[in-house]
Amino acid sequence: MNRTAKMLPPRGSCPEGTEGGSAQNAAAAPPSVGCADTSPRGGGSPPAFAIGPCGGLEVAVRGTPVMLRTSGALWIEAARTLVVADLHLEKGSAYASRGQMLPPYDTRETLGRLEAEAAALSPDAVVLLGDTFHDRKSEDRLAQDDAARLAALAQGRRLVWVVGNHDADGPRALPGETVDEIAVMGLTLRHEPQPGPQPGEVAGHLHPAARVRAPRGTVRRRCFVTDAERLILPAFGAYAGGLNVLDPAFAGLFVRPPLAGALAANRVRAIGWRQLAGD
Amino acid sequence: MADAAPAPADLAADLLPPRFREWFAGRGWSPRAHQLEMVARARAGRDALLIAPTGGGKTLAGFLPSLIELSERPPANTPRGLHTIYISPLKALAVDVERNLNAPIAEMGLPIVAESRTGDTGVSRRQRQRVKPPDILLTTPEQLALLCAWEGARLYFEDLRCVILDEIHTLHASKRGDLLALDLARLQQLAPSMRRVGLSATVDDPEVIKAWMGRHGHGTPPPALRATSPAIAGEERGTSSSPVAKTTGEVAAQPTEGAAAIDLVRGPPGAEPVVDVLLSEGVVPWAGHTAQHAMAEVYEAIRKARIALVFVNTRFQAEFAFQELWRLNEDGLPIALHHGSLAAEQRRKVEAAMAKGQLRAVVCTSTLDLGIDWGDVDLVIQLASPKGASRMVQRIGRANHRLDEPSRALFVPANRFEMLECQAAREAIAENKLDGDPPRVGALDVLAQHVMGCAVSEPFDMLALYDEVRSAGPYRDLIWEDFEQVVDFVSTGGYALKTYDRFRRIVRLSDGHWKVRDLNVAQRHRLNVGAIVSPAMLAVRIASRRGQPGRKLGEIEEGMLEMLDPGDTFIFGGQTWALVGITNMDVLVRPAVDKDPKMPSWGSSKFALSTYLAKRVRQLMFDEAHWRVLPDDVREWLELQKDRSLIVAEDEMLLETFPKGSRNFLVCYPFEGRLAHTTLAMLLTRRLERLDVGPLGFVCNDYAMAIWSLEPMDGLDFDELFAEDMLGDDLESWLQESFMMKRAFKGCAIISGLIEKRFPGQEQKTGRQITFSTDLIYDVLRRHQPDHLLLRCARADAATGLIDVARLGEMLTRIKGRIRHSALDHLSPFSVPILLEIGKETSPGGARERILAEAEADLIAEASR
Repeated sequence: MNRTAKMLPPRGSCPEGTEGGSAQNAAAAPPSVGCADTSPRGGGSPPAFAIGPCGGLEVAVRGTPVMLRTSGALWIEAARTLVVADLHLEKGSAYASRGQMLPPYDTRETLGRLEAEAAALSPDAVVLLGDTFHDRKSEDRLAQDDAARLAALAQGRRLVWVVGNHDADGPRALPGETVDEIAVMGLTLRHEPQPGPQPGEVAGHLHPAARVRAPRGTVRRRCFVTDAERLILPAFGAYAGGLNVLDPAFAGLFVRPPLAGALAANRVRAIGWRQLAGD
Repeated sequence: MADAAPAPADLAADLLPPRFREWFAGRGWSPRAHQLEMVARARAGRDALLIAPTGGGKTLAGFLPSLIELSERPPANTPRGLHTIYISPLKALAVDVERNLNAPIAEMGLPIVAESRTGDTGVSRRQRQRVKPPDILLTTPEQLALLCAWEGARLYFEDLRCVILDEIHTLHASKRGDLLALDLARLQQLAPSMRRVGLSATVDDPEVIKAWMGRHGHGTPPPALRATSPAIAGEERGTSSSPVAKTTGEVAAQPTEGAAAIDLVRGPPGAEPVVDVLLSEGVVPWAGHTAQHAMAEVYEAIRKARIALVFVNTRFQAEFAFQELWRLNEDGLPIALHHGSLAAEQRRKVEAAMAKGQLRAVVCTSTLDLGIDWGDVDLVIQLASPKGASRMVQRIGRANHRLDEPSRALFVPANRFEMLECQAAREAIAENKLDGDPPRVGALDVLAQHVMGCAVSEPFDMLALYDEVRSAGPYRDLIWEDFEQVVDFVSTGGYALKTYDRFRRIVRLSDGHWKVRDLNVAQRHRLNVGAIVSPAMLAVRIASRRGQPGRKLGEIEEGMLEMLDPGDTFIFGGQTWALVGITNMDVLVRPAVDKDPKMPSWGSSKFALSTYLAKRVRQLMFDEAHWRVLPDDVREWLELQKDRSLIVAEDEMLLETFPKGSRNFLVCYPFEGRLAHTTLAMLLTRRLERLDVGPLGFVCNDYAMAIWSLEPMDGLDFDELFAEDMLGDDLESWLQESFMMKRAFKGCAIISGLIEKRFPGQEQKTGRQITFSTDLIYDVLRRHQPDHLLLRCARADAATGLIDVARLGEMLTRIKGRIRHSALDHLSPFSVPILLEIGKETSPGGARERILAEAEADLIAEASR
């Protein structure tokens, strides 16, 4: 997996023609890498970002430009790779099997979002960044048409299942390759962020969510988090909850105050660390 | 309960056993007529509703028949079951009544065991009560629902002879009331000879309560209706005929049905309450809700009274009034504070001090609306808007529990419209005209919980349960299709996509009965019983030096903290604190000294201005001769309004338009309460946007609504603008996205058992809490099955409660063709109060107050020019 297709500028097709286009307009500082090991609360300029097409946010991770999409997916244009984390498919039926009858529409909702991204971007590869299924029996509970939709995603492209803690074995019957982690354009894609400095790591698992407080009320949204060294993706699944990025689970992951890319209506909003509030 | 209206001695001799007569005589009492009447009704095997003012010996009247029956029982060799269940809306009241009831039992030496059982009762006592029930059990609706969901419920309740429902007027018109009515139907099924007894303070319309508590019978619905049941497996039809016949036969055995079967017993009316309105001549403010201007007069009233209860509508007002009174308290009078956010322990302390007569006044919210009897309270003060006449009668009844002396009350209006409202309420009370509750239709989420409870207790037949449910007042018109949907919901979630059949929570047995799937599901149901959904509460705790959570001061709703940042000072529990921070479920604070602390707005009042009282306010405004009851400044204000703009007839609605600054205002005065006005403003704003008027904002209070815009609105067709069709598509599309629907959905999801009370967020991620909000479920369900049962429930709840669409609809009908437009060059006297609310913060005192005071002075000058 080491394609060297066109590097820049990253432009996906944008069906709704939402805002975006002029890159590098939001922050002046260039992506700085290799910063000293400071705590997030310490100094250091925030990671650079630019507003990209379709309301996305363009950042660089370890020097590799990537696009944070409003859907919560990550687009690595240079490798034409679409990355989504924590789909938690069949979470509804997992609860139902224990007697809580959550609406059984979460899988089709999540797959619908993923198909829309695939249709918009025509990726060469789709990487499922772990916890794609909510539990080990989820694949068995999958409705036939949902399974067929998942299989269709693998047609004409690579479908990569990075395994997570909820689905450690990877798929049994569905197509695609199962890996523990995968390298793309100098980035390491894995499910769970590893402790200590991990330059170039792209992970999920933590379900980051940002809470912003204003005098008129507060807003809590799923978000990307990045310090330009590593990137954590929001959960993509319809029923996946969010963990506040100020939670200690995120402590020690970043070398400088990171940037949260909060999923707003038609934009990924860049939120500075100081603007964030706890739950 | 001394001397008023003693009953004829021969009647007492006839109805009371000697031991009881001697007991009355020994206390120097004569039994009251209504107490004997209740005994007579019980002898005749009749259900009864007793309406009597507080202090009329009402509770004893309710229990007297049971005490007599129990005292006349022959000794038994085998342990006996429950004889009487008493249901109170408050835990504290159940415990209090236990104490009050055990006094006569002990004094007469009766062989009767009466015990309370609430959420606070210890485990060992609860277990013993289950094995060896007392004769009389005093408990709450939630505990009753739990008892009904026991596996042995049928055996446990089979000897039950009587159920007593206390303070029934506070219970019936709510989801709690729905659940209680269903449990009554269940108890009746388990104990066919059980009598129903309701106890209530003064109510406007006893028929509504009788219909709620009565037993409703039904003939068998047309077979054609029952034959068409798509969702539930079909083969049960064949097996169902016998249970139907059996059930309807039992219900039909009742001589009469529903409300008609309940005998109404009235206690003595008691002395007329004496209600005064504080006129505060010359200083009645134009706007505001704190009644700060009147605090010296309020303090003076407290000083002259023996013990005063000072009622306010919000926790914020409670904290504020408490502060103000202590500022004036040169005599060092013991004045205490009581509201729902304070720690239970602290509230108990205040109550105990009150009971011992150690206090002179308690500033309180609706937490003291009912409950424990404090005989020595001789004055009730209502600070700010009374909102409704019935609530006021209830509150006034808290003063002077001796019938021969009148209750005394003082209404303290906080602004000019409230002056009108207070006068209207005073007159309504004097005429004994109270606002009635509209009859309630039972909620389906509550029914879902009940159906699950039935399945947990024992297998049920669907048709028999349908008839049983319809014997409950709120569900008497329940259609089969809805019931079937509820059962399907309980079983599989009720989804169009049938993938959960193998996960059914209740399953059909081979004989056609439905039964809970396993013990685990049953246990989880029992942990989640109840129809009260409270918002997420955070504990307020004193921070230790190291910033660790320490002693708990009380609880506050999560949302109330949003205006506070660490370091900010605020008032809680009558003291000033600085916010240190928020960790998990704790709000950490440290004591602070600050002359100008913030006052978090502890939620606005839950109570909307009642429809009836609103009508009386409109009448009072229209009737010029009536204005003489008002103080000069308020009367002049009305006269100025008549002069500058319009005073409209009672059935009309005044609408004013005028420019102010660079903006154009539309102000109307529907008097339908803040919730209905807010919904109206949201919908009007949409229409005004389509008309290219450029609406910029709106503000609402209980009386009026103001919208401002870029373009003038004088030329609009107002009948068109206020046309009733705004409640169609506009409402629907606004509602779908509104947070109120999401909040309503969450409540329904919890009550119905779709999710568990402690469910949202209880997922562990590296030992941390992940918030899995019900909003996610709402969004998915709305897109994939918009007609789902719970979305219907949420819509119904939002429409009656949070957005008050029902009332808005009635209002739009009422004002159709009756909008009186007054096009003005500048603002009117009436519009001043609502305009003063624009951008108003809740912080009294300090810089904001100065700004407000200046703004107010400008506005008033402009209006009087």
